Amino acid sequence: MPRSPLGPVPAGAAPVAAAERAALDRALAEHGVHVPDGPEGAATALLPVLHHLQDALGHVPPALVPLIAQAFNRTRAEVHGVVSFYHHFRSAPPGRHVVQICQAEACRACGGEALMAHTAAALGCAPGQTRADCAVSLEAAYCLGLCATAPAAMIDGRVRARVSPAQIEALAAVIAGEVAALAAPGAASRPDTGASAPDPA
Amino acid sequence: MNRIYLPRDAAAVALGADETAVALQAALAQAGAPHELVRNGSRGLLWLEPLLEVATAAGRMAFGPVTPEAVPGLVAAGLLDTRADAPLPAALAAHPLHQGLTDEHPYFKRQQRVTFARVGLDDPLSLAAYAAGGGWLGLDNALRLGALGTLHEVAESGLRGRGGAAFPAGVKWRTVAHAAGAHKAVVCNADEGDSGTFSDRMLMEGDPYTLIEGMAIAGLAVGATRGYIYLRSEYPHAEAALREAIARAEAAGHIGAALRGSGPAFHLEVRRGAGSYVCGEETALLESIEGKRGVVRAKPPLPAHVGLFGWPTVINNVITLASVPAILAHGHQAYHQHGIGRSRGTLPFQLAGNIRHGGLVEVPLGITLRELVEGFGGGTLSGRPIKAIQVGGPLGAYVPASRWDTPVDYEGFAAIGATVGHGGIVVHDDTADLAGLAKYAMEFCALESCGKCTPCRIGSTRGVEVVARLVAAPAAAKAAQEALLRDLCHTMVHGSLCAMGGMTPFPVVSALDHYPEDFGLPARQAAPAQPATTGTAPAGGH
Repeated sequence: MPRSPLGPVPAGAAPVAAAERAALDRALAEHGVHVPDGPEGAATALLPVLHHLQDALGHVPPALVPLIAQAFNRTRAEVHGVVSFYHHFRSAPPGRHVVQICQAEACRACGGEALMAHTAAALGCAPGQTRADCAVSLEAAYCLGLCATAPAAMIDGRVRARVSPAQIEALAAVIAGEVAALAAPGAASRPDTGASAPDPA
Repeated sequence: MNRIYLPRDAAAVALGADETAVALQAALAQAGAPHELVRNGSRGLLWLEPLLEVATAAGRMAFGPVTPEAVPGLVAAGLLDTRADAPLPAALAAHPLHQGLTDEHPYFKRQQRVTFARVGLDDPLSLAAYAAGGGWLGLDNALRLGALGTLHEVAESGLRGRGGAAFPAGVKWRTVAHAAGAHKAVVCNADEGDSGTFSDRMLMEGDPYTLIEGMAIAGLAVGATRGYIYLRSEYPHAEAALREAIARAEAAGHIGAALRGSGPAFHLEVRRGAGSYVCGEETALLESIEGKRGVVRAKPPLPAHVGLFGWPTVINNVITLASVPAILAHGHQAYHQHGIGRSRGTLPFQLAGNIRHGGLVEVPLGITLRELVEGFGGGTLSGRPIKAIQVGGPLGAYVPASRWDTPVDYEGFAAIGATVGHGGIVVHDDTADLAGLAKYAMEFCALESCGKCTPCRIGSTRGVEVVARLVAAPAAAKAAQEALLRDLCHTMVHGSLCAMGGMTPFPVVSALDHYPEDFGLPARQAAPAQPATTGTAPAGGH
């Protein structure tokens, strides 16, 4: 574990979970706050650090924002402004599965809107929401670069093209099966996010 | 021993290429066959993906689409008996998935591949294959010619920015070369956010060293030692390919401390975007690399004078930079001979949306839209008539049937109130609701506006409302709402800081002009020669 480059936690800051703090330490150690001798002369690694955190934790915990601000010598407002500007960054954990359905023009030309409505109904999850049981998040994507084979989706980080309602039904069945297994007596603890991505194909 | 090719391109993977590869490997292992499975880039015939190829004495034979379920049938027909020095076994030739020689396929044969010459031919990360395919020739020539000679070649080729703004690359490069600065940068705009476009993605996944070489040539020409590729987060396959390619190219001494071991330094890194469309605008992109919100900068100063970290910066799209190695390798005349008027060279068009034969078509500028969508594309996937074709992404106009014979070039399209943009072509069949698509254009702008300028930030939200009111209005009240919408579009076109707000009205007004009945407006006798709001939109990175 690299030594934390952070100073003491600012007064009044929210408590930070140890795992989140450790992820931030790793992100800062890997990407560097800035290049001290480099010509940039500015803290440019903020996005790489935020990506590192989200890749590791599934989201950028708001409690880390004051610490990130301190590390980059920027205000909390500035860091919050960056996190909230970009659609990719989440401030809350997503569901165990993340389903993104492309809603851009090429997919619209091939029924992308209807596919989103069908997915929302099949998963019981409104677009832009995480289901109450945290099993799944449903999101709109705006172009996955699979426009010749629309409609396209990304399911737990895996790209899918020519997505059919039947594939969505299969995915919903897999998720329902997982939820049932978790609810069963003596079920193991909650699986990690995306650890066992179901394949709807 | 033979080579079997199966693409690793995201479009092939999205259609099951990885599962097919697993089935093939299992079949190879079971048979103890000595064949090598090469995961190449895509040839661009995307409706046939996963497109499997085998080497034969006549050339590479294509089969597609090859699902995992199709593998046993191909093996039974003799897939593992193929040899590079023998004809295709008869049973394979008669297989229903057999598509013939890839190079002779009409979709492929009618193309003129310059920028995409190597894409799909081999393992994209193989440095040996890259060099064998003519890689590094352009950079070596640039090193021989020096900065001035390289600038001359790029300027004389007539290459213009392929991201959409179509600014002459040579002029931009000269500006940076002549700008004073202790440091300079080359930035590649790989934030390919336009729906209907995927040529950047295919090139980065299918021939990443070409982009690296193009950026190195740019660095050499303008005196920049640092390069940054700003890549959208939606492209994980491209990111993996680029990171690995950069590491290998640097380890082999092609880039890094000395270009090709003897030239100036050029260090390259990938920066991942975070789902912001407006970061495809060049100044917002620079802000994002600097670790800030992707808010558009006012110009001037131009990035060529004050760009990334305040340094003079060349910022070009992937296809622009990837076209440079061919120009330097074969000379500016070879590139300039393609195209028409002031639109020189080839453009990798992307056929997308509701289209039967979607894929990548690299041809000289000047081809007609009809030839692209009917000749290459084969009409709609649904089999219904084409209603509208959106060219140039979400900020591009919907082009009606009366304009499909207009040659696609920058000036010709500007004259009909449309844009070539990044060469994305999205086909809609006759079930499309153009009023709904116009409303979506405004919704997308509202979602993605960086918020810096009022016409875009407020105008897009008002636009969503006005389109909805126009559609819902009784016949007598429609004229007033239409006038309001056109007025709003005029303000956005002329008052926005960048192309986001400045071009969002293009799809809206083209829908109004050419498909008034979708808004419940009376049909027009003939479309106006030019959409009312067409003007010189602020150039952007899209």
